[in-house]
Amino acid sequence: MATSWFKYSSPASFYPLAGKMIPWFAAAAAVLAVAGLVIGLVVAPTDATQSDAYRIIFIHVPAAWMSMFLYVVMAAWSAAALGFNTRLSAMMAQAIAPTGALMTFIALWTGAFWGRPTWGTYWAWDARMTSELILLFLYLGIIALRNAIDEPRRADKACAVLALTGVVNVPIIYFSVYWWNTLHQGSSVSMTRAPSMAAIMLVGMLVMALAGWFYAIAVILARVRTIIVDRERGASWVAALREVRHA
Amino acid sequence: MAATLAIAPERTDTAWPALRWAVARDVKLALRSRAELGVQLLFYVVVASLFPLATTPERSTLTVIGPGVLWVAALLASLLSLPRLFAADHADGTLEQIALSPYPLVALVGGKIVAHWLTTGLPLVVIAPLVGLQYALDEETLSVLAVALLIGTPILSLLGAIGAALTLGLRASGSLLALLILPLYVPVLVFGAGAVDAARTGLGASAHLSLLGAGLLIACVGAPFAAAAAVRIALD
Repeated sequence: MATSWFKYSSPASFYPLAGKMIPWFAAAAAVLAVAGLVIGLVVAPTDATQSDAYRIIFIHVPAAWMSMFLYVVMAAWSAAALGFNTRLSAMMAQAIAPTGALMTFIALWTGAFWGRPTWGTYWAWDARMTSELILLFLYLGIIALRNAIDEPRRADKACAVLALTGVVNVPIIYFSVYWWNTLHQGSSVSMTRAPSMAAIMLVGMLVMALAGWFYAIAVILARVRTIIVDRERGASWVAALREVRHA
Repeated sequence: MAATLAIAPERTDTAWPALRWAVARDVKLALRSRAELGVQLLFYVVVASLFPLATTPERSTLTVIGPGVLWVAALLASLLSLPRLFAADHADGTLEQIALSPYPLVALVGGKIVAHWLTTGLPLVVIAPLVGLQYALDEETLSVLAVALLIGTPILSLLGAIGAALTLGLRASGSLLALLILPLYVPVLVFGAGAVDAARTGLGASAHLSLLGAGLLIACVGAPFAAAAAVRIALD
């Protein structure tokens, strides 16, 4: 079992595996996104207090979940990169950062457009909004550090240390809403109490969250493939690839 | 090198001597360029003095923005002083020698961080209450400001050391350092300024100061190791 897992820690054997997985995840993401949007925009009833403005939740909440979770995943790959000194782990962390930043940006952007009709303002310095903004800065910092370092291996390790330092902030980000507890509505989904939203709304949001997951996996795998080809361009197996020879 | 460190490989308790040596060396070096330290303190005073000019001399407004301004200025002053933590030693090869020594790098880096705080953070703790008088803060609030800075500025040095080591020798490392480190400073800013604000409004600052203290403990345990790892990465 162990050998079969570590086989794919080599970029040369992971590259074709990722290539095979991408269409499946992309197709699943597309199907789930269509299903989630149909549930969210058509099937789900109009909210009693927020009317149709609440429907932005089907983009906003999955994006916010993804933004935080992707940071943790990136930090986990960073830890693996430092612990096992595996190149592919660092490449995965590198591939996750732009998608994480994008999700954070979408969460902030849709949040602003949700806040305008419901709170009467685009931006409110609420604890969770502020933490999400800081998360965006953390992502951008990692991307900027990566771009500032010319040697890929030093960039790998430096970004890994930065990601692990930043991950200490992610729990603070998540629990900040309980510490400061300001304007933001409480979480709509909770494990410990009954959900405060209609079941069909919850289903729509979870379907959209799954779509977000599969989209992120497909895009990250596609990006890691380009990173592999870019970094291993001197290797003979890359030169033998059909897409490289025809390019 | 201001002093030499006797190599004692047979001893296992080398962390404390290494830490003490690094503190003594860096403090000595910093005191030899006192003008530089003075400029950093002046930076703090000047930045803090700009805000009343930009807003209003009205005392009621100044007391409200005062705690935040004094803390943001402390963050910026810390940021400004961070490059000198490793850059000079990196440029002349001393940092490489330090990393090659048989003493634990964590202790040597930790000593540098302590020295950095003693020469840049501690002066802020002393001068900030004086600057705070410009913002019409009362004595009790000013004493809480000093205590909050006393607990908070070591965290700034500890976290900043990670960023300073990560950006060693990079292009535009100053502005990159700001992007990397200022987001990590946010909890310190929130609890530090929150403590002063709580004292100002009479709510009691102990909760904020406790959280700041918890942050300092976490930073003490984790940051020197991360900074030492970052130094090794920069020297690779």
